[in-house]
Amino acid sequence: MTTPDVRISEAGGPATRPLLEIKDLAISFATGGGEVQAVRNAHLTIMPGETVAIVGESGSGKSTTALAAIGLLPGNGRVSAGQILLDGEDISHATEKRMIELRGNTIGMVPQDPMSNLNPVWKIGYQVRETLRANGRPSGPDDVAEVLAEAGLPDAHRRAKQYPHEFSGGMRQRALIAIGLSCQPRLLIADEPTSALDVTVQRQILDHLEAMTSELGTSVLLITHDLGLAAERADKVVVMYRGNVVEAGPSLDLLRNPRHPYTQRLVASAPSLASRRIQVAKEMGVESDELLAPTDAAVQEPEKAEEVLRIENLSKVFKLRSGIGRSTDFTAVDNVSFSVKRGTTTAIVGESGSGKSTVAQMVLNLLTPTSGKIVFDGVDTSTLNNKEIFAFRRRVQPIFQDPYGSLDPMYNIFRTIEEPLRTHKVGNRASREKKVRELLDQVALPQSTMQRYPNELSGGQRQRVAIARALALDPEVIICDEAVSALDVLVQAQVLNLLADLQSKLGLTYLFITHDLAVVRQIADHVCVMEKGRLVETGSTDDVFDSPQQDYTKALLNAIPGAQLMLPPEVARA
Amino acid sequence: MTNNFKAEHYVAPIDETPLLATDSLKSDQAPLSLWADAWHKLRRRPLFIISSLMILLLVAIAVFPGLFTQVAPNDNCDLQFSDGAPQPGHPFGYTFQGCDVYSRVIHGTQASLAVGVLSVIFVVIIGVTLGALAGFFGGWLDAFIARLGDIFFALPLVLGALVITQLPFFKDNKSVWTVVMVIVLLAWPQMARITRGAVIEVRNADFVTAARSLGVSRMGSLVRHVLPNALAPIIVLATMELGVFIVTEATLSFLGIGLPGSVMSWGNDIAAAQSSLRTNPAVLLYPATALSITVLSFIMLGDALRDALDPKSRQR
Repeated sequence: MTTPDVRISEAGGPATRPLLEIKDLAISFATGGGEVQAVRNAHLTIMPGETVAIVGESGSGKSTTALAAIGLLPGNGRVSAGQILLDGEDISHATEKRMIELRGNTIGMVPQDPMSNLNPVWKIGYQVRETLRANGRPSGPDDVAEVLAEAGLPDAHRRAKQYPHEFSGGMRQRALIAIGLSCQPRLLIADEPTSALDVTVQRQILDHLEAMTSELGTSVLLITHDLGLAAERADKVVVMYRGNVVEAGPSLDLLRNPRHPYTQRLVASAPSLASRRIQVAKEMGVESDELLAPTDAAVQEPEKAEEVLRIENLSKVFKLRSGIGRSTDFTAVDNVSFSVKRGTTTAIVGESGSGKSTVAQMVLNLLTPTSGKIVFDGVDTSTLNNKEIFAFRRRVQPIFQDPYGSLDPMYNIFRTIEEPLRTHKVGNRASREKKVRELLDQVALPQSTMQRYPNELSGGQRQRVAIARALALDPEVIICDEAVSALDVLVQAQVLNLLADLQSKLGLTYLFITHDLAVVRQIADHVCVMEKGRLVETGSTDDVFDSPQQDYTKALLNAIPGAQLMLPPEVARA
Repeated sequence: MTNNFKAEHYVAPIDETPLLATDSLKSDQAPLSLWADAWHKLRRRPLFIISSLMILLLVAIAVFPGLFTQVAPNDNCDLQFSDGAPQPGHPFGYTFQGCDVYSRVIHGTQASLAVGVLSVIFVVIIGVTLGALAGFFGGWLDAFIARLGDIFFALPLVLGALVITQLPFFKDNKSVWTVVMVIVLLAWPQMARITRGAVIEVRNADFVTAARSLGVSRMGSLVRHVLPNALAPIIVLATMELGVFIVTEATLSFLGIGLPGSVMSWGNDIAAAQSSLRTNPAVLLYPATALSITVLSFIMLGDALRDALDPKSRQR
């Protein structure tokens, strides 16, 4: 069709040949409903030693393209057109034998999910040795330890004798990187290598990966949904959308002058790049005007706002079983106090294991605190009897992280949203149906969605249904437990906008639990930073972001991918 | 763009991939519930079609045996036909007592199927209730029900049945109902275990927590959210067990501890045919074949259902 995306210019010298060149690649899958095209006209060039990132939302074909390059397409997928040239050799239809030769020592791979990609019944050292042996390299205990040590695992000899469950997520990912790089491949495919990890761990791992690959001269094909991360880590960025490459180019150039409307959209909504309070942005007239209706919440703010939720010296201790009849105490939440004002958003930020979700569960009255008080609207929630708890549930509603898990797959959307109304015996059937229609309008879903089932909706749509269900009883406080973490960037921006919008329309109070500081910047007025169960820093969002007091907060802020990239404001705001 | 860049900045023509609204809804398909989806898959599976046609036929035979044979099974037994060869109107020949084999096979369906269906109904009621309570509430209730189940689980079926049927109550009231009671008593733990596992898998799902925080009671969330989502393995097991229970009834009847001799069943006929195995093996062959086909049908149906209800095979 058109010229390949990325070519060597004359200045680059004609001598070097691309290590991997993908030309007009098309991949199709045989499904029950016939042949489905997953990728069309994909172009991609990787020079030796270069890092190239493929960016796109889920379903854009980015992982499929990478899997084709290593010959690991699922059984029903095939390359239907085009070429994959590895150092000049077309491997798009290579034999299995040839691919086995290439895998490991020419093309390495770091898979996405560190939790499921190590075999739980074998020691880490064995799994490294397996790779070394398969590629005919020395595989003694010292070689294995060396490989692990290079990937940044301390005490590698001892670690090699441990099983995957003894490793944390970050350490597992290091072990997978060690396996991927153990045979010093010329090309490393890293498929979302850090998307399951905390930001600070993500930063460490990517730094290390970068150092290792530049030392070995390995080319890297990085697959990610995060444009900020791609721009920060890669020399070139390839943007894929609906199976096509829509834009490709040097990363900074592409970020500063996105030309394809999809890339422009991505740049505009990447939270790490364009962070500012959505509400504030609206007041500046940046968002479209119809969203800008003058609101009660805006009028109330801030000095008149009353305190709706106060948390005093909250602690939660879990008893962990350690042998028969004995137990050790694990303090998940340690003496946490903060308060939330009506009509504002308070974010609790922390890494996994910081106790932030435990706080949310206790505020929702689903867990009983070990000590401390939760005062909602002047009443200590631990003193409520069953009837009062039932009434309390009407006023405080949750939205959960996993949009695939939080909706009952057996309920259609109407029944899902109607359930709170039915449970609280609100209105008759006709009035409830009317309310459900209104709620669907509020979350911008067509009313025809009512008859559908959750499995027919995308993650973002499910999350909007969850929001509609949470709004059904006209609650005052909504607790969002990682409510947007599982969503693609564009969808995430859409849901955050919706939440901000609903807040200004309905005067809602949000308690927003998240690990993603970039999201906090967009939605929160106040931030509480938690580390290992303790509250280490609180303050207004601007204060915490502009002048963080604690090292931990600084580390979190620094770890936002792309935070250091300077963008002209008009792009960031577009 | 400056000349420092080694690569060009490529932009695809916009009309090649027109931009869609973010996260737009696919609205071309009809809504699909789990059951509609399963039906959609099932109705094209030969395994399902064949097994359900077989089962429909068996049910028809059991309910209206008169449609399939005009010969009354016991009235016209005549010793002059003892072990007789097939004749027009009597296609399977005669038993040792001179009764029509075809008629007995047809009329025996009713008892066999009745024992299977009734046993499954009670096993589901008891097993699902106990299993769901154990799985959902856990703690001492779970431990108690699990140990109780283990006691029955540890009894080999035939041995257990032998012991139970020798109890005076069972000995005096031999009927379809006593056989059902014996089977239910020995078979509910299996169902309880499967239910417990399925319930434990579902009970921590976010949608259950969501329902609880909406104000749904614990029992309410068990009945309305957890159980419907745990139903698939229960249905599969129930279907397969139906076949197994029919065999169990035949085994017990064969051993003389099942249905009384006055009730016509395949098990009783197989037991009676034992004595003429050498002289007239066909007498054994027909009820045994009927038994095999029935069991096979239910197990095939269970297999097809398992594939169709597998949540992993659902789209996303």
